[in-house]
Amino acid sequence: MIEILQYEFMRNALIAALLASIACGIVGVYVVVKRIVFISGGIAHAAFGGIGLGYFLGVDPVLGVIPFSIVSALSMGVIGRRTKIPEDTAIGILWVMGMALGIIFVALSPGYAPDLFGYLFGSILTVHTSDIILMLSLNAAIIAVVFLFQREFQAISFDEEYAKAMGLPTERLYLLLLCLIALTVVVLIRVVGVILVIALLTIPAVMSRQFTHRLSGMMLLSISLCAILTLCGLWLSCAFNLPPGATIVLVLGVAFLLSYYFCCGASF
Amino acid sequence: MQYRRTVVKLEDVWVHFDGVTALEEINLSINQRDFLGIIGPNGGGKTTLLKVILGLLKPSRGKVRVFGDTPERGRKFVGYVPQYSLFDRDFPVSVWDVVLMGRLGRMKGFKRYSEEDEKLAYEALRTVEMLDFSASQIGKLSGGQQQRVFIARALVTEPRLLLLDEPMASVDSPMQTELYGLFEKLRHRMAIVLVSHDISAVSIYVDKIACLNRRLFYHNTKEITAEDLEATYQCPVEIIAHGVPHRVLKVHK
Repeated sequence: MIEILQYEFMRNALIAALLASIACGIVGVYVVVKRIVFISGGIAHAAFGGIGLGYFLGVDPVLGVIPFSIVSALSMGVIGRRTKIPEDTAIGILWVMGMALGIIFVALSPGYAPDLFGYLFGSILTVHTSDIILMLSLNAAIIAVVFLFQREFQAISFDEEYAKAMGLPTERLYLLLLCLIALTVVVLIRVVGVILVIALLTIPAVMSRQFTHRLSGMMLLSISLCAILTLCGLWLSCAFNLPPGATIVLVLGVAFLLSYYFCCGASF
Repeated sequence: MQYRRTVVKLEDVWVHFDGVTALEEINLSINQRDFLGIIGPNGGGKTTLLKVILGLLKPSRGKVRVFGDTPERGRKFVGYVPQYSLFDRDFPVSVWDVVLMGRLGRMKGFKRYSEEDEKLAYEALRTVEMLDFSASQIGKLSGGQQQRVFIARALVTEPRLLLLDEPMASVDSPMQTELYGLFEKLRHRMAIVLVSHDISAVSIYVDKIACLNRRLFYHNTKEITAEDLEATYQCPVEIIAHGVPHRVLKVHK
């Protein structure tokens, strides 16, 4: 296992897995406790539109994803809150529109899009140093925002109505949280791709919830779980020559089922 | 009778949702140290009325003054205990953190909780007799204990008016009596408005009763007329108003 680290692509893959674990460990906790898994899935899938946009404009597709997913996250939040369209309906519509736009953009782009599949299902073995720098800076932004707003996020997750009654700007805080999810999606795209992102955003957090009743504890635990399980998945995929993104997701799923069975086995 | 300041005043307040009238022509004054019970059927607009006072809902028509100001600015003097069903019992948070969260509205910028915040949380938990549970996860407590914690969360802002939305829902009867004992203790420090669909329990403890079913029937006393009750519940309700021992509702001639 150690000798494999002499390859740069393998070192980059390991660093990418660890950086992804930090983002999804922190933001995933809010996704799970605030029960916004569906909107997170919507943001992740709509992000595909940004990949298409990147191809169309001839820039790094990941750079297309950042503005695109933030705009779609904000639209889902604003439409769901301020119009009479129910939030889940708005999410469903923007989810498919984002993906459809992505496909149109790719079709309109000149030439062939060889690594499109990688953006959909992950391509952790082709992570470049530039990707790592981007992941690092997005992680820094996510950590800074969560550090500054941790109490507010806790309040809107626990009881948004009450937070509003206390005079907190709950809608703006919620939109900020959605932007963090959008940024996390960007961090995770290289590791598991837009389709599988939701696994990393939910499974480590929901597993860690069984062991602690503090949000900060949940975050640390889910970062660790995410890192361990992602590395396990990566190792299995190398050992058995399987697609890494999908293997990581399956490892997470199996780990969740096992932990649920042993922790809550009585009520299974 | 000594003069008591008005803390909340609603004049001709109407609320419409999508063309459906939820509240109609509400006129209500709540005075310092009132203990007002608002009863009415489910869907009668009780929660809506509380939300109007809190500034969470804008009335379509009419004037609302809370401590002589707009609801948004006056609500810093208002403590609120929302309906029980609204929170996620599995939420990973301790009793202590729930109570401290009540201080968030008073904090400026990105400061940490101050010593004063912690002192107020400690005092609030002592008032509701839940200090021993401060490290517990909120969902591990019984319904009545959770309700006490939410009352403590409302108390940390040192409110002068406490709004309680169906506080007895999901609380078993021995605990209900204890909770009313707590309200007895609190009513000397603040005005209390208690909203409930359960007429009999409320009427024993409060000193004023209003009936609400879209319209508000209120005479600034504890007496409700049979007509008011019938108009509120839209069916004859004589049986709850007459002849039952310990009922405080007066017999009508």
